[in-house]
Amino acid sequence: MVLIRGLTKSYRRGGQVVPVLTDINLEVAAGEFLALMGPSGSGKSTLLNLIAGIDKPTSGILMVNGLDIAALSESELADWRARNIGFIFQFYNLLPVLTAFENVELPLLLTGLSARERREHVHTALEMVGLAERMLHYPSELSGGQQQRVAIARAIITDPAILVADEPTGDLDRVSAGEVLTLIDRLNRELGKTVVMVTHDQRAAGKARRLAHLDKGVLLDEEPITRES
Amino acid sequence: MYLAKLIIRNAFRHKLRTSLTVLGIVIAVLAFGLLQTVVGAWYVGVESSSSTRLVTRNAISLVFPLPLTYQQRIRQFEGVRLISRANWFGGVYIDKRNFFPQLAIDAEPYFQLYPEFRVPPDQAKAFLVDRKGCIVGRKLAQIYGWKIGDSIPLRGTIFPGNWEFVVRGIYSGADARTDESQFFFHWTFLNETLKRTAPRRANQVGIYLIGIANADAAAETSQRIDKMFANSLAETLTETEKAFQLGFISMTEAIVVAIRIVSFVIIVIIMAVMANTMAMSARERLREYATLKALGFGPAFVRALVFGESLLIAGLGGALGILATLPVVQAFGAVMVKLFPVFQLSARTLAMQVGAALVVGMIAAIVPSWRAARVRVADGLRAIG
Repeated sequence: MVLIRGLTKSYRRGGQVVPVLTDINLEVAAGEFLALMGPSGSGKSTLLNLIAGIDKPTSGILMVNGLDIAALSESELADWRARNIGFIFQFYNLLPVLTAFENVELPLLLTGLSARERREHVHTALEMVGLAERMLHYPSELSGGQQQRVAIARAIITDPAILVADEPTGDLDRVSAGEVLTLIDRLNRELGKTVVMVTHDQRAAGKARRLAHLDKGVLLDEEPITRES
Repeated sequence: MYLAKLIIRNAFRHKLRTSLTVLGIVIAVLAFGLLQTVVGAWYVGVESSSSTRLVTRNAISLVFPLPLTYQQRIRQFEGVRLISRANWFGGVYIDKRNFFPQLAIDAEPYFQLYPEFRVPPDQAKAFLVDRKGCIVGRKLAQIYGWKIGDSIPLRGTIFPGNWEFVVRGIYSGADARTDESQFFFHWTFLNETLKRTAPRRANQVGIYLIGIANADAAAETSQRIDKMFANSLAETLTETEKAFQLGFISMTEAIVVAIRIVSFVIIVIIMAVMANTMAMSARERLREYATLKALGFGPAFVRALVFGESLLIAGLGGALGILATLPVVQAFGAVMVKLFPVFQLSARTLAMQVGAALVVGMIAAIVPSWRAARVRVADGLRAIG
C-alpha cells in the first residue's frame, strides 16, 4: 500500500535548511495498522503528512498504491486525497458552523453523488460511530469524544483506502479515548482499512499491529505488536 | 448550496463583529450618498440647463448691465427663436437670512423659454395684467406660507427702496429637479420705477436669455452675437446656459471638490475597516481552510468562501445604507431647502453607492482570500485560531 524509500524532508527557516526526516525507508501493507511513536520533534507528524499527501518530500520515493504521489500537482494531490485518504485529527477539525451531518457530508460534495445518496451514506456512517441521533447537533453541542467520532465518520465516508490519524486521542479523556480507539480498531479489523496513526498514547499504540519509532527524523526500529483479541 | 450555506453561517458567526462592521458600512454608504447628493445639488442648475438656451451678459462682469437696445438686434439673428431679459434683484424679505433668487423678467418670452416652470393659465393671465404682480415657486410659497393675493414686501439692496409685490401665480416644476424657489416679477415695473427714481439706471438689462432653434448652432450663434457688439461700450459674452451655470459653480469649486474627496475618503476608510474584519476572520479560520484543502477542496473554494463572506457583509451594509439614505436626504433637503432648493437622491448617486459597497467587499477580501487559498495544509492544520 505505502512504499517509502530514501525519503527526506527539510524546511527553510530564514536562511537555514532544517532537516526533519532523513533517509526514511518504510512499507505499510494493505489493511495494516501502523503506529508511529517518538518524542516531540521527531518528525512523526511530518511523515504522516507526507503519506497523507498534504506535504511533499524534499527527496526520495513515496508511492501509495503504486502511485508516486510526490509527482502529483497540487490539484491532482487534492483530488487524490479526496478519494484515498481519511483524516482523523487530534483536534477533530470539524467546521463549527456545520452540523454533525453536514460535516460528515462535506467530503461527499466532491463526488458525483446525488443529495439523496449523500444522505444515505451519512446516515450509515453516523450509525457506525453511534451518533445517528446527534446528527443535527453542532460541534459545540457535542463532547470531545463525540466530535472525534463525527470526525471518524467524516474520514470514512468516501471509503478511503487509508486512514491517517494524528494523535486521535490526544485531546480526549480516558473513556472517550477508549471509545475512539475501539472504533479505529474496528475499522481496521472489520473493514480492512489501512491505518497509520501517530500517537504518544501507549494504549493507542497497543491497538496497532506494528509500531515504528522515530527520533530526530530517523526511523529507529519497527516491531510487531501482539494485539489483544 | 453548501458554499452559500458556509458563507452565510460564517458571516454571522461573530454576531457582534459582523453587526459593527455592517453598521460602519451603513454609515459610510449613507454619508457617501448624502455628500454626493450635496454635490449633485450644487450642479442642479447645470443639469437642468437646456442646450437650446444661451445667456448673453456683459463681457467685463455680470455686475455690469447691457443696453435694452441690444434685445431687438439680437432678436433679428437667424436661428434666434425667442429672447427675454432678466435683472437680478437681490432684495431682502424681512431678514437677510431669507435668501431666494429674485428676477425681474420679460415675462411672456421668459416662460416660453422655460417651459419647465409650469404656471396655471389663469394665474399666468392674472400676472400679466398686474404690473406689480409676481410669480413664486411652489417650494418658496410653502416655506413662507404665501398664497395667491398675498402682498410681498422686499427691501431693495441693488435697487434701493421698499418694493411691494402681489402673488398672482405659483409655479410648479415639470420634474423633481426643477428649482421651485424662485421669485419673478415684471421687468417693466422695475424699469418704470427706475426711470422715476434713478433714471441713469433705467433701460439696463442684467442678462439676455436667448432661445435658439438648433442646439448645434449654439457656438456659432454665440460668436456672431459677441462679434456684433465687439468694440462697443458694452461688449458681450454669450455662452450656453450650461457654461453660464458652471461659471457660478467655479467660484465655489474648491468646496465642491473637497466634498467629493471627503466622500471617497469615507469609502476608503470603511474599506480598511472591512479589510481588517476579513483579515481577522480569515486568520481565525486558517485551520478550517486547511482542513477543507486536506479533504480535497481546492484553493478556488477557499477563495470563494472569503470573497463570498466579504461581499455578503458589504452588500448587507450597502443595502441598509442606501435604504437609510432616502429618508436622510429628504430630511436634509427639508432643512436646507433655502440653500439647496433641489435636493434629491439621483439614480447616479444610488448606482455609486451600490458600486462603493461592492468595491469595499471585493477589495477587502483580496489579501485575506489570497492568503487563505495559499495556506499550506500542513502549516494551516497547526495554526491556532
